[in-house]
Amino acid sequence: MADVIEYYREEKGGHPASLSPDYRSTIARSPRQPLVSVPHTLTEVTGPTGVWDQLMGPAVMDLTKQHKAEPLGQRIIVSGRVLDENGRPVPNTVVEVWQANAAGRYIHKNDQWNAPLDPNFTGAGHVVTDDQGRYRFITIKPGAYPWKNHFNAWRPEHIHFSLLGPAFATRLVTQMYFPGDPLIAIDPICQAIPEAAVQRLVSRFDIETTEDHYALGYIFDIVLRGRHATPMEA
Amino acid sequence: MAGQTPWQTVGPYFHYGLAWKGGADLIEVGADLGARMDLIPEGHYVLNPNTTPRGKVTGESIEISGVVYDADGAPVTDAMIEIWQANSAGRYADPQDDRADLPLDQGFIGFGRSSTDQNGVYRFRTVKPGRAPGPGNGLQAPHIAVGVQARGVIKRLCTRLYFADEASNAEDPILALVPEDRRATLIATPVPGGYRLDIRLQGADETVFFDV
Ligand SMILES: [Fe+3]
Repeated sequence: MADVIEYYREEKGGHPASLSPDYRSTIARSPRQPLVSVPHTLTEVTGPTGVWDQLMGPAVMDLTKQHKAEPLGQRIIVSGRVLDENGRPVPNTVVEVWQANAAGRYIHKNDQWNAPLDPNFTGAGHVVTDDQGRYRFITIKPGAYPWKNHFNAWRPEHIHFSLLGPAFATRLVTQMYFPGDPLIAIDPICQAIPEAAVQRLVSRFDIETTEDHYALGYIFDIVLRGRHATPMEA
Repeated sequence: MAGQTPWQTVGPYFHYGLAWKGGADLIEVGADLGARMDLIPEGHYVLNPNTTPRGKVTGESIEISGVVYDADGAPVTDAMIEIWQANSAGRYADPQDDRADLPLDQGFIGFGRSSTDQNGVYRFRTVKPGRAPGPGNGLQAPHIAVGVQARGVIKRLCTRLYFADEASNAEDPILALVPEDRRATLIATPVPGGYRLDIRLQGADETVFFDV
């Protein structure tokens, strides 16, 4: 078997450092030894494909229709494209999301923040991208919430995103933020990212995505690691 | 070229969104393994994996387990471990692995996701993978690719699990890149019913993590 076509490496200056001390939990949970750089083998360039129903079940695209009534909060549409660094769409890949409710509270039992739970909002879903790499969710705008990282620490409003992409090497878990949120500039998790790359996590309001008398629309495009050439071109 | 979207931590609350029932059982559907139902309020489990039996899986069923520790030796009770592996013949369930002479198992995807429990323990049920190709014409020793995420882990940490009873470890091209005195952190030891490998995020015997 010939050598595999590798994926591009992690972009220097595009990602947070594992040790980002202002985000305090990284101090005891980040390695101190240097990472060992390895060539990509078949292990790193392969991954599960087209088996999302078997794994996570059928798509859950509308997070406002999972319970008896509609959840409280501002209804929003979050949509975008999953692309690789070469600008090619990443089709048929799973996009998983989870988030707090409009008051900034997660349904998770360990979330003990004193904001109301909403019995009509779970806040989790997943969809598969179409042949153009597009995805779309209907949800409600999550609230900011306090955390114990430092005095008066509040997380900016965010939606957690998880993508597998086509390979073990393309895995990405990230968070989407909202435009104009003043908490982004003082949040240690956002600020662990080099300044130039922070904006890549901020969605933009889009009037075309917005639906009249229904929901505000936000666009969030996601760029996964690209590959030196596609197998077909090789 | 477009810039890569940066990583952000999975945080402490991923369980109700990412950890489906059976996510850590690569052989049979329908078990709870991998999910933390104790952290999800009644009526809020929305993941609904297909429970139709997937088909045959060749190879001996093994349990892979271990504890995830932080720098202070405290168990990490909110970690998410993901694995990706070849089947028992060494073939990946991905069209790019086009070695038609090796069988594919209808029932084996090779991807798993496990949440650590209240003691920091992760647990998978799977089969021991066969040997996948390495650089050039060589073969790799049987191994499982492992991704570690948690609150405080701001981007995924990648490592590998090898098997202590495999003579081919001595010729594995990836293990050869690891300083000899640190290789043991990647090698799972046989225990009844399977293998055990602890993951140490930092400190003495810190696990080797790869820049993949
Ligand atoms: Fe969060």
